[in-house]
Amino acid sequence: MGNSLAYSSITKKIIMSLAGLFLISFLLVHLGINLLILFDKTYESFNMAAHFMATNPLIQVFQWVLFIGFIIHIIYGIIVQIQNWSARPVKYMKKGYSELSYFSKFMIHTGVVVFIFLIIHFANFFIVAKFGHVEEITYKSGTYENMGAVVFETFKIGWYVVFYVLALLLLGFHLEHGIQSAFQSLGFNHWRYTPVIKIIGTLFSILITLGFLAIPLVIYFT
Amino acid sequence: MDLTLKIWRQASAKAKGQFVNYQVQNISAEASFLEMLDILNESLVAKGEEPVAFDHDCREGICGACSLYINGRPHGPDRGITTCQMHMRNFKHGETIIIEPWRAKPFPVIKDLMVDRSSFDEIIQAGGFVSVRTGGIPDANSIPIPRRNAELAMDAAACIGCGACVAACKNASAMLFVSAKVSQFALLPQGRVEAQERVQRMVAKMDELGFGNCTNTYACEAECPKEISVSNIARMNREFLSAKLISHKTF
Repeated sequence: MGNSLAYSSITKKIIMSLAGLFLISFLLVHLGINLLILFDKTYESFNMAAHFMATNPLIQVFQWVLFIGFIIHIIYGIIVQIQNWSARPVKYMKKGYSELSYFSKFMIHTGVVVFIFLIIHFANFFIVAKFGHVEEITYKSGTYENMGAVVFETFKIGWYVVFYVLALLLLGFHLEHGIQSAFQSLGFNHWRYTPVIKIIGTLFSILITLGFLAIPLVIYFT
Repeated sequence: MDLTLKIWRQASAKAKGQFVNYQVQNISAEASFLEMLDILNESLVAKGEEPVAFDHDCREGICGACSLYINGRPHGPDRGITTCQMHMRNFKHGETIIIEPWRAKPFPVIKDLMVDRSSFDEIIQAGGFVSVRTGGIPDANSIPIPRRNAELAMDAAACIGCGACVAACKNASAMLFVSAKVSQFALLPQGRVEAQERVQRMVAKMDELGFGNCTNTYACEAECPKEISVSNIARMNREFLSAKLISHKTF
C-alpha cells in the first residue's frame, strides 16, 4: 500500500475495478439474506441466516477479505480523485456538460455518502450483533439471536429510514456507472457485448436498489 | 448576427489573466468561428489594441492546431468537428459566447487562448513510434493484415492530437489521445513488435506529466473532432495489463 501513489493510473483503475466488482458479490449475498425478513413473520429463516453468517468459519475469514476490499476501493478512489482534481488547477468558467456516462461525474460524492452510511450501518447492526446484547428466540430448529427484531425496530425510526433510502439510491447511482466502468477499465470493450454489459449493469443497479429499499419501506409503512 | 464574446485574455504564461467582453457585429452565419475571431482581431488592431492570440494552421480540420473551449465544449457545439470547421450558424443573434483556453496542468497557457501542448509530443517521444526502418510500401498482401485491424488502426490514426479529449475530461485525462496512439501501432504487425514496451513507456510519461486518471465518463469521445472511440482506451488497458503481466521488460 505504501507505493500505491507510484502505481500507474491504469494499474490503480484496474485495482479499483477488481475491488468494486468483488464488493458487488457482497451486495448480492447481503440482499438475499435481507429479503428473507419480508417472507417470514417469525424471522426464523432470517435469524438462521444471520446466525450462519456470524458463526460460519469460512464467512469469518471472508469477512476480513471483504473489509480489505472496501478499504482498497475507498483508498484508491480517494487517491485517484485527488490526482484528478489537481490535474486541472485552473477551472473552466463554463462547466462542461458533455459527459455521456452521467453518474460518472458524481462517483466521489455518491461514494462518500455510501461510506458514511456504511459506518452508521455498521454501528447499528454489525456492532450490535457482534458485541451488543440481542435477545434470543427459540424455534423448532434451534435458538438464535433475534436480529429480525433489531432490524424491525431500527426501520421504525423515521430519520433512519429516510437516510437509508437516500444512501441506497446513491449506491444505485454509484453502481450504474461503476459496473460498466469496471469492465472498461479492465480492458473489456466489445462491439457486441459492451452494450449488453451496460444494460445488465443498469438493470442490476435498479434491482439491487429496489430490493434493499423494499425492506425498510415495507417495515415502516406496515 | 451580433454577438457578445467573453474571451480569456492573458498577456503571457506568467501573467494573471481575466475575461474581457467584446462586441462583434454583422457576423455572417456562413463564417467559420476562426473567421469571426479574425474579424474581431482586425477591429482590435485598427483600434491599436492587442489582438486575441489563438492557435490555428490548416483551417481544414486536419492539423490539430486549433483548440478553444467554447461555451463549455472543446471545439464548440457541433459534434465531430474542429473549431476551424465549426460555423457561426451554430449560434444565435445576440448570444454571449464564452471562449476559454484548454485547461489542464500539462497544458499551460502561453498567451490568451494559446496553450502549450508539447506534453503530447513528449508522450509520443516516449514510445509513439516504430524504432526500426520498416522499408517502403510493401507489395499488396505480402504482410497479411485482417481487414478489421486495418480499419481500426486507421480509425485510431485519425487522431490529430488537438487535446480536446484532455480539455473535455473532467479529470484532464489524456487516455483517449494516448490510447489512439498506442492502438494505431498495436493493431499492425510492424508496431506489434514493440507494443508491450511502448504502452508502458507512454503511460508512464502520461502519468509523469500530470494528466488525470480515466474515470470512463466518455466526454472525450463525445468531444473528439475525429470521433476516436473509447474502445481504444479499453485496448490500451488490455495492452498495459498484459505487458505488466507477461513482458520481459517493465517500466
